[in-house]
Amino acid sequence: MPYTLTVNGSERSLESRDPDQPLLYVLRNALGFTGPKFGCGLGQCGACTVIADGSPIRSCQLPISAAQGMKITTIEGLGTIEKPHPVQAAFIEEAAAQCGYCTNGMVMTSAALLAQNPKPSVEEVKQALAGNLCRCGTHDRVLRAVMRASGRQKT
Amino acid sequence: MTSTGIGAAVRRKEDHRFITGKGRYTDDINRPGQAHAYFLRSPHAHAKIKSLDVQGAKTKPGVLAILTGDDIATDKVGGLICGWMIHSKDGSPMKAGPHPALAQGKVRYVGDHVAVVIAETVGEAKDAAEAIKIEYEVLPAEVETASAQRQGAAVIHDVAPDNTVYRWHLGDKAKTDAAFAAAKHVTKIDLTNNRLAPNPMEPRAAIGEYDSGDGVFTLYTTSQNPHVARLVLSAFIGIAPEHKLRVVAPDVGGGFGSKIFIYAEETVCVWAAKKVGRPVKWTSDRTEAFLSDAHGRDHVTHAELATDENGKITALRARTIANLGGYLSTFSSSVPTYLYAPLLSGQYDIANIYCEVDGVYTNTTPVDAYRGAGRPEATFVVERLVEAAARELGQDPAKFRRKNYIKSFPHQTPVIMTYDAGDYAASLAKAMEIADYANIGKRKRESAKNGKLRGIGISSYIEACGIAPSQAVGSLGAGVGLWESAEVRVNPVGTVEVLTGSHSHGQGHETTFAQLVSERLGVPFENVAIIHGDTDKVQFGMGTYGSRSGAVGMSAIYKALDKVIEKGKKVAAYVLEASAGDIEFKDGKFTVKGTDKAADFGAIALQAYIAHKFSGQELEPGLKEGAFYDPTNFTFPAGVHICEVEVDPGTGSTRIERWTAVDDFGVVINPMIVEGQVHGGIAQGVGQALLEGVRYNADGQLVTASYMDYAMPRADDLPSFHVGMTVTPCPSNPLGVKGCGEAGAIAAPAAVINAITDAVGHEHVAMPATAETVWKACQRASQKLAAE
Amino acid sequence: MYAFEYVRANSVRGAVSALAKHEDGKILAGGHTLLPTMKQRLASPSALVDLGAIKDLAGIEQRGRSLIIGAMTTHAAVAASDVVKASIPSLAEMAHMIGDPAVRNRGTIGGSIANNDPAADYPAACLALNATIVTNQRKIPASDFFKGLYETALEPGEIIVRVAFKPPSRAAYMKFRNPASRFALVGVFVAKKGSDIRVAVTGAGNQGVFRWRAAEEALAKRFNPKSLDGLKADAGMMNADIHASPDYRAHLVAVMTQRAVAKALGK
Ligand SMILES: Cc1cc2nc3c(=O)[nH]c(=O)nc-3n(C[C@H](O)[C@H](O)[C@H](O)COP(=O)(O)OP(=O)(O)OC[C@H]3O[C@@H](n4cnc5c(N)ncnc54)[C@H](O)[C@@H]3O)c2cc1C
Ligand code: FES
Ligand code: FES
Repeated sequence: MPYTLTVNGSERSLESRDPDQPLLYVLRNALGFTGPKFGCGLGQCGACTVIADGSPIRSCQLPISAAQGMKITTIEGLGTIEKPHPVQAAFIEEAAAQCGYCTNGMVMTSAALLAQNPKPSVEEVKQALAGNLCRCGTHDRVLRAVMRASGRQKT
Repeated sequence: MTSTGIGAAVRRKEDHRFITGKGRYTDDINRPGQAHAYFLRSPHAHAKIKSLDVQGAKTKPGVLAILTGDDIATDKVGGLICGWMIHSKDGSPMKAGPHPALAQGKVRYVGDHVAVVIAETVGEAKDAAEAIKIEYEVLPAEVETASAQRQGAAVIHDVAPDNTVYRWHLGDKAKTDAAFAAAKHVTKIDLTNNRLAPNPMEPRAAIGEYDSGDGVFTLYTTSQNPHVARLVLSAFIGIAPEHKLRVVAPDVGGGFGSKIFIYAEETVCVWAAKKVGRPVKWTSDRTEAFLSDAHGRDHVTHAELATDENGKITALRARTIANLGGYLSTFSSSVPTYLYAPLLSGQYDIANIYCEVDGVYTNTTPVDAYRGAGRPEATFVVERLVEAAARELGQDPAKFRRKNYIKSFPHQTPVIMTYDAGDYAASLAKAMEIADYANIGKRKRESAKNGKLRGIGISSYIEACGIAPSQAVGSLGAGVGLWESAEVRVNPVGTVEVLTGSHSHGQGHETTFAQLVSERLGVPFENVAIIHGDTDKVQFGMGTYGSRSGAVGMSAIYKALDKVIEKGKKVAAYVLEASAGDIEFKDGKFTVKGTDKAADFGAIALQAYIAHKFSGQELEPGLKEGAFYDPTNFTFPAGVHICEVEVDPGTGSTRIERWTAVDDFGVVINPMIVEGQVHGGIAQGVGQALLEGVRYNADGQLVTASYMDYAMPRADDLPSFHVGMTVTPCPSNPLGVKGCGEAGAIAAPAAVINAITDAVGHEHVAMPATAETVWKACQRASQKLAAE
Repeated sequence: MYAFEYVRANSVRGAVSALAKHEDGKILAGGHTLLPTMKQRLASPSALVDLGAIKDLAGIEQRGRSLIIGAMTTHAAVAASDVVKASIPSLAEMAHMIGDPAVRNRGTIGGSIANNDPAADYPAACLALNATIVTNQRKIPASDFFKGLYETALEPGEIIVRVAFKPPSRAAYMKFRNPASRFALVGVFVAKKGSDIRVAVTGAGNQGVFRWRAAEEALAKRFNPKSLDGLKADAGMMNADIHASPDYRAHLVAVMTQRAVAKALGK
């Protein structure tokens, strides 16, 4: 079956045999966006987070057929090293990544949060990131980075 | 200090790719024509394979091959190895049962590898796996650590009829027993060190590839030590000689020990790639990761501490049963022995120590090194004992510790180690100040007013990192040497490439190693590239684990840089027309002593390559040097962590209110990265203390096989940390660094449990201290109070 | 995953007839329960009927005395809705406690109650708030809807269209999270509407969500946490698993109920 997806502002067409193929695999394997990561495939870790129509979603839980018509942003479309999104810039400043594997989910969830709530409290940030597992233990740094990106400081 | 040199909080180079989604991890790699592997795993903890019929399954759509243990045998693929020989007390070698990459006749844990299906897609491979006909004779399963050796237990490996891998010991039993007999007071404690699933967020993955043209295999894999993987796959498993096998470990999404080991899956992927003539890719799903990544810890320990009439510790003894799982994983035998018992002196001056360890087989996932490996287990024993002893003796736990600290260095413990440097009282004082220890009473009263219980817990940990020298570890049974290599290649324009045998999977080596080079050669930080993780590029290396890359890996770079500078001086002597002895090198400039003649590093590099100023007979052109560095001793990072908790007695839930960490890592290259490593270690230690525990049911089924059942710390489970440092430079390496990657994981569990036991007034709080566990401890404490 | 057919329904009627055609077809809402079970090969429906395109299934409105929430309304929409906050603030709070932002952005009220996970939050809210579950065929009171573990009154092919809640005078939800899954280890929804007091408990019961009648009776005398002092829930009714013993769950039910009452009173 042919599908058309809007990813990072451009329309991409592809074929898929499985209508239920999760968006994550489509992005990674068919379209070459390997920023979103596979961490569990079951909606339980957040590594695969992308922004769909302004909200963070788990791309491993969205069938390709249901993704049609949505505006998908992956981390590749969020910003570049030359023109980083404020969250990306803050992640560098606060050294909020270690192995970098959960970082996609952390960055995308944070970016979506700040778009909806530009001045969150620390508690709100913690709650927003509660679904993103990080085994390297970067949580404290990530909180700092999000607060920095929001123009506040974490105390 | 320059802005990018040693000690500077340089922002990480690698983050540029990580925060833009440009990291390149194994699963991000797809090879042309690749097929996919799916492993059929045992659903039983212990069973004989009575029959295995893959014929029907082979005809399913998309299937390229189905391979089993028989094929492993036919092709003479060697078994997976355990590379550290441990001898029992009686001198007999450990009992290592066979460990084929695909089961041969018997399965020994749920998740054990029965067959592999190679197909066009993962889905097709799974479908075919379901069509494999297999008949098991289910055997009784042994799951519990404490009872695996009992009479009548099911025998897991024929070589070990009592399921005992070894009965090992360390220390002087007679002297220690005598000290106990003479003791004024003996504190006794029974502890379980809970079994943990390492859970790097990146699941393991492998792509095997075979080029029939030149007969070369390539393995892309999620490894912390690609050269060790190549060595084992070549020398022991026999896939291909080393020069015909390239192992690439690109970006790796966390390891924590679990990616040190050489597993069945990557072995099968390389082997199968030749058989099917296509690249073969395997990516673990999360449940497979829970089932098949080597677990960590799982000790049952009885320990005792003897004190004299002055409250001075005189002896410690411990008896531990360590669960090693269904097979011996790559380094599993060393973890509960040489990485554990030699640390039982902690930071304390203890004249007599004796430890017995039985390693046992059970029908569970193999257990091996996990962040800290042996040292968290030792610290937990020592720090729980010390805390309990202080309370029994009615002494302030901080004072009791201070009194018993080792105060002069070097210090020889009764269990192998010679501690080289440290100032434990300084760390304690600083931590107590940051933690406002003095006012804990007031804070406890505040909490009590709100119906809450507050407690404070100290953990004075020590670890031994940079396990070395090679000669010493060899004498303890290690199958490898634990040095590190480095090669510094200066390009004609003065940019620098460093090839290191260390491997970065979250530690930020591309940044810290470049800082060292930038500082020593005076070249801009941006002009330094750190290359690692590819056996075709880096000649050899031992990889990254055991907090060794600073102390050992960077020291190798340091040595190679010495040689580069030496060679540079020789070139400069020709260029500046002076004698080599008069050339000095500082801040990136070669100068002639007592003159204003100078040339910068880049200019000399160019001269080294154009070789116009000297003849090839006098001096070899080029500027490239290598070094192998073997340290003279372990390093001994140490510190004090203080945890303050508040317990809700109504529900038993524990909140960490405050965390203070004062660590002595020796010289710190990048405080920002070091602090991040400490945070990460604490997070895992807090996870162990409060949340995590791998659980099997009586049949050996893994009950915690997803994040729905295995709890890992999240943003709202962790406090923010107050991190301080004290510095006593390490004398055994040129940089004075000690290592920091594991400290948090080593220190944290005891700090948390000591705090909770302080809060609830009851010593028996097992890990993980879930809300229910703590609630029950509160109940017992109030019953005890009522009874008094 | 097994190959199957995918139907994007444009109307409830279309969805019903698609389901009729595929004997083993399943409704797809947010997919946050269904897709993981399929991924793990625990379910293999022959067809998925996606309700996502049916516009009038999502939405929130206050219709007279009733708060009406469409089956495809996401947890995030309920949590953020001013209509819900004005009508039943505790319901918005409860929705905000489900999972995490990504789960809330896709998971739906219809999917949650149709699934009736014994640790899910909505079943407790529905039971305590005396909700009516409206399907394409009939109206089912919450008290008849939840039938045990993952069991509901829904017939094959029956589709939840919306849920109607009657705003209480006081209500609160207290959730004690399972630290791994963040579902409820014990969740208690307390609602008072005149003399009608309901205490609905999720996460704890070995038969799924239930009403704790003894607590309701005690609170009927006086709606105050003190009325529950000494009252114990029956451990025999509680679920036992690796996360908590029946005794502990029973204890938590009592504690969470007291705390919910206190919260409902603004204490
Ligand atoms: C990581 C994670 C954490 C979670 N945490 C929580 C939590 O804390 N609390 C909680 O309550 N839940 C939690 N959930 C579950 C979440 O709320 C799900 O969204 C919900 O259980 C199912 O809703 P859904 O819309 O995704 O339904 P789906 O998965 O699409 O469907 C679920 C089932 O309901 C059926 N169905 C769906 N809609 C209808 C309808 N309109 N009529 C009839 N049948 C229908 C489907 O056929 C399917 O059988 C969590 C889920 C995840 C993945
Ligand atoms: S991979 Fe999607 S949530 Fe884990
Ligand atoms: S940075 Fe490694 S998992 Fe988060």
